Amino acid sequence: MNFVSPDLSPAYAEMFVLTMTCLVLVVDAFLRDSQRGITYTLSMLTLVGAAVITSQFGVDARISAFSDHFISDPMGDILKLVVYATTAVVFLYSRDYLRRNDIFHGEFFVLALFAMLGIMVMVSAGSLLSLYLGLELLSLSLYALVAFQRTSTQGAEAAMKYFVLGAIASGCLLYGISLLYGMTGTISLSGLAENLTTADQFSLPLLFGLAFVVVGLAFKFGAVPFHAWVPDVYQGAPTAVTLFIASAPKIAAFALAIRLLVDGLGDLQGGWQDMLTALAVLSIVFGNLVAIVQTNIKRMLAYSTISHVGFILLGILTGSQEGYAAAMYYTIAYVVMTTGAFGMIMVLSRKGFEVEQLDDFKGLNTRSPWLAGLMLMIIFSMAGIPPFVGFYAKLTVLMGLVEVGLTWLAVLALVFSVVGAFYYLRVVKLMYFDDPLDQGKPEAATDIRVLLSANAILVLLLGVFPDGLMSLCIKVFQ
Amino acid sequence: MIGLAHYLTLSGILFLLAVAGIFINRRNVILLLMCIELMLLAVNFNFVAFSRFLNNLDGQIFVFFILTVAAAEAAIGLAILVVLFRSKNTINVEELNSMKG
Repeated sequence: MNFVSPDLSPAYAEMFVLTMTCLVLVVDAFLRDSQRGITYTLSMLTLVGAAVITSQFGVDARISAFSDHFISDPMGDILKLVVYATTAVVFLYSRDYLRRNDIFHGEFFVLALFAMLGIMVMVSAGSLLSLYLGLELLSLSLYALVAFQRTSTQGAEAAMKYFVLGAIASGCLLYGISLLYGMTGTISLSGLAENLTTADQFSLPLLFGLAFVVVGLAFKFGAVPFHAWVPDVYQGAPTAVTLFIASAPKIAAFALAIRLLVDGLGDLQGGWQDMLTALAVLSIVFGNLVAIVQTNIKRMLAYSTISHVGFILLGILTGSQEGYAAAMYYTIAYVVMTTGAFGMIMVLSRKGFEVEQLDDFKGLNTRSPWLAGLMLMIIFSMAGIPPFVGFYAKLTVLMGLVEVGLTWLAVLALVFSVVGAFYYLRVVKLMYFDDPLDQGKPEAATDIRVLLSANAILVLLLGVFPDGLMSLCIKVFQ
Repeated sequence: MIGLAHYLTLSGILFLLAVAGIFINRRNVILLLMCIELMLLAVNFNFVAFSRFLNNLDGQIFVFFILTVAAAEAAIGLAILVVLFRSKNTINVEELNSMKG
């Protein structure tokens, strides 16, 4: 018997990140507190290295490796590059914030890198097993990250809620996976797709399995009615962690939905389309309405996330290539906007003063017109006002809906976007027309200010010139 | 003769018990952790039963991975529990309510 060593090249990026993360973990153990910058630099180098490897070994067509457990395709490559960039931005924003709050520990970087590895595995998952393992690697790292400021009572409480609800969701997902396995006799996604064409698509166990899988998925997205963890985690976690949780895992959730529902269960579309419709409608309605009554900016952004997730689900449920491309564009646009919003919160926070309440934004224009202008751009984009990226993202999703004849959904989404504009514009009113409550100047470092400016300008540029990214998104689904 | 349906019913009952335990229990976080464990074991039962009746080993391999992940999950859950107890001096589920809205 010959032993043929498998071709490892599709997974070089994952191996590199794993090796480097372990290295960071070991190196960090030998560092004094004053040398923590080395951990930070090494983590950044990991991200740069991974980006180089992914773009070097990028593929034009789908390749499956490791007995179908691993898929390398253009969509995965693009999503991974976005994840590296997001994580790098998170690290850069977080550096000073963590120092100020005396939590500049190596754990933050190691856990975030492990979470990122989990996202990479999910993005490239070719079987239910690798999908599940990637998801758990991501989730377990996130639970620990939320609780990582050990003196914070709120952090511990949020972590506990996140953990319990997350574990229930994983349980539901697994139960669904076990039923799907039992009905089709395979755990590979391509095998699943093959066996489903001949299976009875309305058999009860199959629909049961599908329902459980969608519940697990909805939880990871944070879609209503499985959203209970989102506001508490956003509020309770240190802002650096909230920034991470709000951005990169949404890309993972999108990849999870595409891999599982489209690649694996594409033949059950009739079933999951209805479920996703319910989730999307509830998320958009509930998210936008409840956000109005929030006074805490992090909670408000949490409910705004829920409504954005509704839009991403709207794109996926169309079941058309344009819809998937629109959902992918929306996900990336959402990540760019949300890093900007939470980055702003961290830039405005000072030692001993945490920006938490909406009122902390009062009169920002008199204190720092430039920062107020950047926030204005981000907020307008989230509300979906042209010419910012949020507008274009919403537009493509709505066009995708109309194309497949779901006009009523498009109208509903539009109406509640208008409702949502109310609480976004309230932030603008606070910044420009109210008197400031505190007179302190933001004391963020120059590189972070530059990054924040670049972030907000990207929100504008992607909105004015959406074609580049959009054609990329369309190309990967053809 | 015990057939596949019997195994699936048992695992379904175990799963429901676990979910009910999580939602009915209002007192102790440790019980929650036990329910979560029960949930994963119900899933394992499903996998093994299917694997046996389909004559396909994938399911049993999956079970090994689930067991490993469940151990890691329990470790993280208990670690969070310790942090929570240190700062709040309670592990009562009903007192986890400092954030609202």
